[in-house]
Amino acid sequence: MAPTEPLARAAPAAPFLQIQHIVKQFDDVFAVDDVSLDIAQGEIFALLGSSGCGKSTLLRMLAGFEVPTSGHILLAGQDIVGLAPYERPINMMFQSYALFPHLTVWENVAFGLKRDGMPKGQIEERVTQMLDLVQLKPYAKRKPHQLSGGQQQRVALARSLAKRPKLLLLDEPLGALDAKLRQRTQLELVDIIERVGVTCVMVTHDQEEAMTMATRIGVMSEGKILQIGKPAEIYETPNCLFVADFIGTVNIFKGAVEVDEADHVIIASADCKHYVSHGITGTQGMEVHVAVRPEKMSVQKEPVNDAQRELAAEVGYNLAQGVITELAYLGSLTTYHVKLGSGLVVKVTHTNDARHGSSSLTWGDAVYVWWSGSDVVVLTR
Amino acid sequence: MSALPASSPGYAHLVGRWGRVAVISVPMVFLLLVFLLPFLVVFKISVSEMDTVFFKDVLTFKDDAVFLALKYGNYISLTQDALYLTAYLSSIKIAAITTAICLFIAYPFAYFLARSPADRRPALLMLVMLPFWTSFLLRVYAWKMLLADAGVFNNVAIALGLIAEPVKMMNTPFSLVLGMVYTYLPFMILPLYANLVKMDLTLLEAALDLGAKPWQAFWRITVPLSASGIIAGSMLVFIPCVGEFVIPELLGGPETLMIGHVLWNEFFGNNDWPMAASVAVAMVALIIIPLALFNKYQAESTAGGRV
Repeated sequence: MAPTEPLARAAPAAPFLQIQHIVKQFDDVFAVDDVSLDIAQGEIFALLGSSGCGKSTLLRMLAGFEVPTSGHILLAGQDIVGLAPYERPINMMFQSYALFPHLTVWENVAFGLKRDGMPKGQIEERVTQMLDLVQLKPYAKRKPHQLSGGQQQRVALARSLAKRPKLLLLDEPLGALDAKLRQRTQLELVDIIERVGVTCVMVTHDQEEAMTMATRIGVMSEGKILQIGKPAEIYETPNCLFVADFIGTVNIFKGAVEVDEADHVIIASADCKHYVSHGITGTQGMEVHVAVRPEKMSVQKEPVNDAQRELAAEVGYNLAQGVITELAYLGSLTTYHVKLGSGLVVKVTHTNDARHGSSSLTWGDAVYVWWSGSDVVVLTR
Repeated sequence: MSALPASSPGYAHLVGRWGRVAVISVPMVFLLLVFLLPFLVVFKISVSEMDTVFFKDVLTFKDDAVFLALKYGNYISLTQDALYLTAYLSSIKIAAITTAICLFIAYPFAYFLARSPADRRPALLMLVMLPFWTSFLLRVYAWKMLLADAGVFNNVAIALGLIAEPVKMMNTPFSLVLGMVYTYLPFMILPLYANLVKMDLTLLEAALDLGAKPWQAFWRITVPLSASGIIAGSMLVFIPCVGEFVIPELLGGPETLMIGHVLWNEFFGNNDWPMAASVAVAMVALIIIPLALFNKYQAESTAGGRV
C-alpha cells in the first residue's frame, strides 16, 4: 500500500482554490483580465508584479472586498464570489497590519473568535496558542503602538491565523519592515505557515520575497498572469521577455533564427551568433530575443580556447568581444559591465570564490565574454 | 510614553527655553487677562458684604490692623434655597438632553460627511457652517415665528387638516431643546467629522475580514476610535448649554428654569451682586468637573498614540 501515498499527493483530486476566468473592470480599465489559476492545498502561492498590475485587486476579490465583474472563485469546491468578507473562511494579513489601536494584542487576536461566538474558555486557549506560535505571549497586554514593527507584524499574523482559516491571504507581508529584519522574517513566516499547514496566497512586488517564501509564483502584468511556476522555473525558463526581465537581471540579445534544427538552433544577432543546444518552437528567419543571465556568462582577457567549450559545436558561437565600462565589487561577487561592438552593454557576474582572486580585470580592459549554449533562453514573445 | 517632545533634549536647544516661554506666554497672558482676572473679581464680589447699594471691600484697614471679611453666606443659601438647586439640575438636565440629541443627529451626519467623496466634502462642510453667516439672534427669532400658536407650522398643519387646533410648541421644553439643538449642532458635527475623516478604513476591512458584520465593525471599531471626537463634541455642546441664557429667554417657558436666567435675575432684578456672583462661581466649578475629566481622557489617549 505504501506506493499509493506519494501518488495521491502528486495528483490531488481537485485543486483547493480555483480561480476561473476572473475579470475585474474599473470603469474602462481591466484591473484583472481573465485570470485563471489553480492552487493546491498547503501551497504558498505568490502573485508577483509591479504596482498596478492587478495583484492586489485579485487578492481583494479573494478576501471579498471587491466583487469580480465576471468569473468564479471556488474554495474547496464552493463558489465564494457571492459571500461577504465576514462569511468567508478566509483571513487576510494586511500590508499596514490594520491592528486595532484601541485593543490590546490579546484582544486583537481574540477579535475574530469573539465574533464567531466561540466559548470564552476556548478563546482563551486559542489566543494563548496563537501568541505562543508567534512568541508574543509576554506582550499580550500591550497596545499595538507599544510594539516594534516586527512584533506588530507577528500580531497581525497571529490574528489572521486565529480562526484557522482555510485560506490565508498576505498582502505585501514584509513590505513595512526594514531590509535586515525582512530576510529573517521571511523564513520565520514560512515556518509558521507550514507548521499551521494553511494554504496561502500572497501578493508582493519583491521578487526575492516571492522566491524565498513561495512554492509557486504567478508573475502578473497589466491584469494578466504571464507565467506560473516554481521559483527556479520562473528564473531559469521564463516564457516571455517581460518575465525574464522582471525576475532578476538578464542580458537580452535581439536576433533572428538562422538555423532551426530539432536539437539545436542558431540565432544571429548584432554581436555574435548564438548556438542554442535545444530546439525552439519557431521558424527560420523569425525575430527572437536571446536571454542570458549574468552569472551564466564568463569574462576573460585571453581568447577563449576550444577546450573551454563544453560542446565542440559551440566553438565560435556564444562569444562576444567588448570593453569593460563598469565594475562593481559587491563582496561575494563582482559585476562587470561589458560594452559590446554594437553598443549593447551586458552584465557579467563572477563569484569571488577565492580571497585573492586571479582576476585582474579592470576598467577599459578589452575582454571576451562567453557562455554555454545550454544556459540560453530563447524568447519568442 | 508621555510627552516625549517637551522633555526631550534633542531639539530643545534649537528653540531655546525663552523661545518656548514666549510662545506659551501669549495665550497664558490672554487667558489671565480675559478669564482669570474677571473671574477673581466675580469671586471677590461673591464673598463681599452688601449694604443697601454697594458691596463692601473684602480687605479693610482700621486701627493698624488688616480685616479680611469673607462672607460665605451666599454659598450657604445656594445649597439651602431650592430655587438654585432646581435651576442647576434643570440646566444640567436640559444641557444633557440637548447634548444627547445633538450626538444622535450629528454622528450619522458626520459619518456621512467623512465618507463622502473627498471633492464633495468642502461643500458639505460649508453647508454645516452656513447658519453662522446670519445672526444667531435672528435665527432663534425665526424659530419663534415657526413654532408660535399662529406660526408657520401650526398654520400649515391646520390648512392641511392634520390638526384641528394649534399645538402649543412655543415656550415649552420642546421649543427650548429644539432651539438649543439647532444652535449647537455644528459644534458636535465638526469635531466628530474631524475625527471620523482621519480614520484608517482598512481597520474596518480587517474587522469584516475577521468575521464582524458591518454593524459590529461599526460598534467595535468606529465608535471606540471616535471616542475623543464624541467627548470633544459633547463638551462643546454641554458646557455652553448649561449656562445658556438667550435661547431659554426667547424659546423657553415657565417649565424650563435655567441657571442663566437665575443669574440674570440676581444681577439685574434683585440687584444682589454678591448672590449673583456666587451663582456664577458655582456654575464654573460645576463645569470644571466634566472639563477636567475630558482633559484627563485626552491626555491618556494622546499618550496612547492616537488623538
